[in-house]
Amino acid sequence: MNEERRIRLKKAANQVRRGIIEEVYSAQSGHPGGSLSIADVMTYLYQEELRVDTSNPKWEDRDRLVLSKGHVCPALYAALAQKGFFPWEELKTFRKTGSRLQGHPDLNKAPGVDFTAGSLGQGVSAAAGMALAGKLAGKDYRVFAILGDGELQEGEVWESAMFSAHYKLDHLCYIIDNNGLQIDGSIQDVCSPYPIDEKFRAFGFEVITIDGHDFDQIEEAVQKAKAVTGRPTAIIAKTVKGKGISFMEGKASWHGAAPNPEQYETAMQDLANIEEVL
Amino acid sequence: MADMMKKATRESYGEALAKLAAVNDKVIVFDADLAGATKTGTFKKVCPERFFDCGIAEANMMVAAAGASTCGFIPFASTFAMFAAGRAFEQVRNSIGYPHLNVKIGATHAGVSVGEDGATHQCNEDIALMRTIPGMVIINPADDVEAQAAVMAAADYSGPVYLRFGRLAAPVFNSPDYRFELGKGITLREGTDLTIIATGILVYEALMAAEALAGEGISARVINIHTIKPIDKELVVKAARETGVIVTAEEHSVIGGLGAAVAEAIGEECPVPTVRVGVKDSFGHSGKGGDLLKEYGLCRENIAAEAKRALTLKG
Repeated sequence: MNEERRIRLKKAANQVRRGIIEEVYSAQSGHPGGSLSIADVMTYLYQEELRVDTSNPKWEDRDRLVLSKGHVCPALYAALAQKGFFPWEELKTFRKTGSRLQGHPDLNKAPGVDFTAGSLGQGVSAAAGMALAGKLAGKDYRVFAILGDGELQEGEVWESAMFSAHYKLDHLCYIIDNNGLQIDGSIQDVCSPYPIDEKFRAFGFEVITIDGHDFDQIEEAVQKAKAVTGRPTAIIAKTVKGKGISFMEGKASWHGAAPNPEQYETAMQDLANIEEVL
Repeated sequence: MADMMKKATRESYGEALAKLAAVNDKVIVFDADLAGATKTGTFKKVCPERFFDCGIAEANMMVAAAGASTCGFIPFASTFAMFAAGRAFEQVRNSIGYPHLNVKIGATHAGVSVGEDGATHQCNEDIALMRTIPGMVIINPADDVEAQAAVMAAADYSGPVYLRFGRLAAPVFNSPDYRFELGKGITLREGTDLTIIATGILVYEALMAAEALAGEGISARVINIHTIKPIDKELVVKAARETGVIVTAEEHSVIGGLGAAVAEAIGEECPVPTVRVGVKDSFGHSGKGGDLLKEYGLCRENIAAEAKRALTLKG
């Protein structure tokens, strides 16, 4: 990736992070930690990879993205708004009465949302069903499912993994946001899903582990996943929960909490500083 | 009547799916390692390329079906009622019901007539569970003819449908020119003293009960409610108004099923005594399906007895 593209993506991701903070601050509720950790992957997918049409969100040949860890929809909504699915200003309606931007994504409300998710473990199954449907219909669209590392504790994730490998769904890619933290603490302490790579490999997946904040690595992994045939891919993205916001980084307590006015100012200043360096 | 043909509605399900395979290329079938029992194997035989075994993993099956439905397919996801409505309840609620997706749930082996497998596999709670999901259509067919027609109607209808089938062979009493209308109850027998409202395999038992009651000079109306949700409120309320007392009959718990749906419907418009024949808040056990139906009072004799008791409550 050349430096110009890399900087453009970093700026775009920074803007997505601004969106996340705006949404959660405006709603005074929501999940900033995991939204910030997946922001770079989300930005890459919508800016560089997904074949979608903002004027026809339900286009049947589109690539699909299922946010299985639906609680981090602030990242999805910001990426969708940035892509042009709906106005950026609408982000301020997040979680409010009458908003299309529900607390967890709703495929019948927000344009660009491909599946209603949020009850953990279910989105991956839906993504598998979409990939199976694409294969059956002879279509070449790709399906990406983003899941949390804590979400791996849900048994349904492994049911879907078995199914995806069994049906050789090579147009399906799971991306695991491995930020290491869940509500009750670190994933190792709560109920460890490690080793994640060996588990997916044992289930028959191509497994790629990357730094989920490095655009070169994200690109390389996604392109590699697209070249895999006969089996699905799992990209394990090593990330930092709360990435980009000084006081949120690496803190489980920011899983589901909103900043106060002072914290909001600090967060925005953090992002302005990142922008300045770029 | 003794030599009336009998067939389990799960057989009808498989046959109807096989017919659909030929006429609707959007229909796909999922099963969870029970294709031989749910009879989706009949579909698999004629259309293996659109049949997907998910293994013993009902949660994934329901949501994979939901995902496929967003891509234009009409999935029928099949397993026993216990696992479709019970184990996968939250998947059905959140990933099929809430987004109102075009998924058909083919649930077989409902009720105590499952027989020898015992209580763990005898689901008497599925109608209650499914009724709580907004927008879910629930169909509990009475015989082979109605079951096959219901499957065809479900494929034509856009939205989630829960189809309930049985394991035990049941009398086929509907005529071949039967026409199924989603959400419309059927008055099978006119009557003025009371109304028996039945669903599933108890519809035929209700007819037999009404016949016996007629011999004692009691005129019982019989209504077949195949679509439990949305219930045919108009027909049910009319029966309450005209006959003044209701007996419901279902192979399901008296909590949350047809009896509850009827009581709720008439309670708001024309409250009359309502006696519910069903499983009385208890679990089943192993035994022959037919014997269990009698033991739990899910038979013509008990329906008739409860009808007479109901008449004493009539104001």
